[in-house]
Amino acid sequence: MTVFRDRFTGNDKAMLDRLARRHRLEPVEALPWIAAVTAGFVFSDYLALLAQILATIVFALSVDLVLGYAGIVTLGHAAFFGAGAYTAGLLAANGWGEPLSGLLAAAIAAGAIGLVSGAVILRTSGLTLLMQTLMVAAMLYELANKAHRFTGGADGLQGMQVWPIFGLFRFDMFGRTAFLYCLVVLFLCWLIVRMVVQSAFGRSLTGIRENALRMHAIGAPVSRRKLIVYTLSAALSGVAGALIAQTTQFVDLGVLSLERSGAILIMLIIGGVGQLYGAFIGVPLYMIAQDRFATVDPVNWYFWIGLFMVLLVIFVRGGVLGAIARMRGRIGARK
Amino acid sequence: MNRAIETVRLCRNFGGIIVADAIDFRMDPGARHALIGPNGAGKTSFINLVSGALQPSSGGIRLGGEDITALSQAQRVKRGLVRTFQINALFRRLSVLDNVTLAIAERHGFAADFIRSCGRHRAAIDESYATLEQLGLAQDALKPVTDLDYGRQRMIEIAIALGLKPKVLLLDEPAAGVSTGDVGSIIKVIERLPETIAVLLIEHDMDLVFRIARRITVLVGGRVLIEGTPELIARDPQVRRVYLGERRRP
Repeated sequence: MTVFRDRFTGNDKAMLDRLARRHRLEPVEALPWIAAVTAGFVFSDYLALLAQILATIVFALSVDLVLGYAGIVTLGHAAFFGAGAYTAGLLAANGWGEPLSGLLAAAIAAGAIGLVSGAVILRTSGLTLLMQTLMVAAMLYELANKAHRFTGGADGLQGMQVWPIFGLFRFDMFGRTAFLYCLVVLFLCWLIVRMVVQSAFGRSLTGIRENALRMHAIGAPVSRRKLIVYTLSAALSGVAGALIAQTTQFVDLGVLSLERSGAILIMLIIGGVGQLYGAFIGVPLYMIAQDRFATVDPVNWYFWIGLFMVLLVIFVRGGVLGAIARMRGRIGARK
Repeated sequence: MNRAIETVRLCRNFGGIIVADAIDFRMDPGARHALIGPNGAGKTSFINLVSGALQPSSGGIRLGGEDITALSQAQRVKRGLVRTFQINALFRRLSVLDNVTLAIAERHGFAADFIRSCGRHRAAIDESYATLEQLGLAQDALKPVTDLDYGRQRMIEIAIALGLKPKVLLLDEPAAGVSTGDVGSIIKVIERLPETIAVLLIEHDMDLVFRIARRITVLVGGRVLIEGTPELIARDPQVRRVYLGERRRP
């Protein structure tokens, strides 16, 4: 293998060196975190909403992992989000309100459901797969609905008691703890997702997305790789669900609904799919727009969201990140 | 000596349609063997069977003496049995270099490494670039596949296969859809393949076949019609009748 080392000189070597470095952290990647912390200070009256946004970004990141990188289309990721939310919720409602172990339990439960359902449904692709992801979420929804003795059914899960983090930081009514908690968990999840998508494994996922037939022909265990990333994504979705459950101290059937599966896709598409940072742009845009529309026009706010969506799809194809890339391309071409 | 590839009474049918009818085929290490035949003769099906994309209805396949009939496609690739595609099967939105690096990553066995950034596998990147250089594709290394014309995309098909260091290379119509001008460069690439690789070539372009092949098998209706040297095949009246075409008699 080392025979190729130092074989290249001059421009070739410089290009390959650049290529080998392309996944190092860049200054611009600090931007989302600076924005998040700044928002926490500036909009300190909205910390509860900001916490929800941060948790939802975790959810969108997990969807980007399967949809944007591995090309697995899904309309059922609420199944894992909801499984995580109910796991954390049921623990906290039944005498175990320790948040960090709640997160872990949620990740394991959601990941396990991802592993088992993925092993069955990932044999298919395209529309068939889409329908099957939908069915998994629908089945869990009905299960949670029927098990109202435990889950409270349509009334929602009552009586969650979430303990302070490390026994020190109580979840306060201003959402300060919730905000910081979600920020730290999002940061850790982002580190994991970033590591995965920029690894050789991540590259092989994009290979599967681009051409599964060829991945088979170069000897890649395609099904196993898809199942691994699906399970990882499910676990992260579970963490997102648990974050929302613990910070709002409430879980209802909405966490498992088709609307949630659909909305997260929309948020991701707004930001840009398969580019890691689409989640950081699409989720705040959607959720802030939703919050504003609901305040300004409580009757027709869904209409405004719809109009906003239509305009985005027409004028900002490839999401905000796609638009930025196009603009940079245009400026670059002019130079 | 063990054959590079040997099939024993290989059969496959789809319901009533027989695409492989007791095919006995063998190829030695370093061979340059062409498989020709009219459309629908079962040439691509044969490649699918040998590469493991299709399971045979009956019969067996041996690679270097080892029975690989029950092995998956991936396991066969690991043993050095590699194919290309008649219709480009490339990672279209990835760069040319990444296309080849993916294959090299699988061969080196680090493709499931999810911890280290892929830039850390520098040896693979360098090897990928060297492979492109060898095929005259180096100047396009960083371009996405879609930016290249079809002729050069056909070369990436071969570049990916070479990244897997094949012992047996199955080329499914490497010149399909390529303009006459570009066929020359594809012939050059195939001619320059290392002698250690056994090459099975499916092709309709007879110039290419007779330039490369040292043995030819003619397949008709899923059956081996005849096998022999190019001279023998070119002279054979039966082959002329079903495939190569006859000069019209007055």
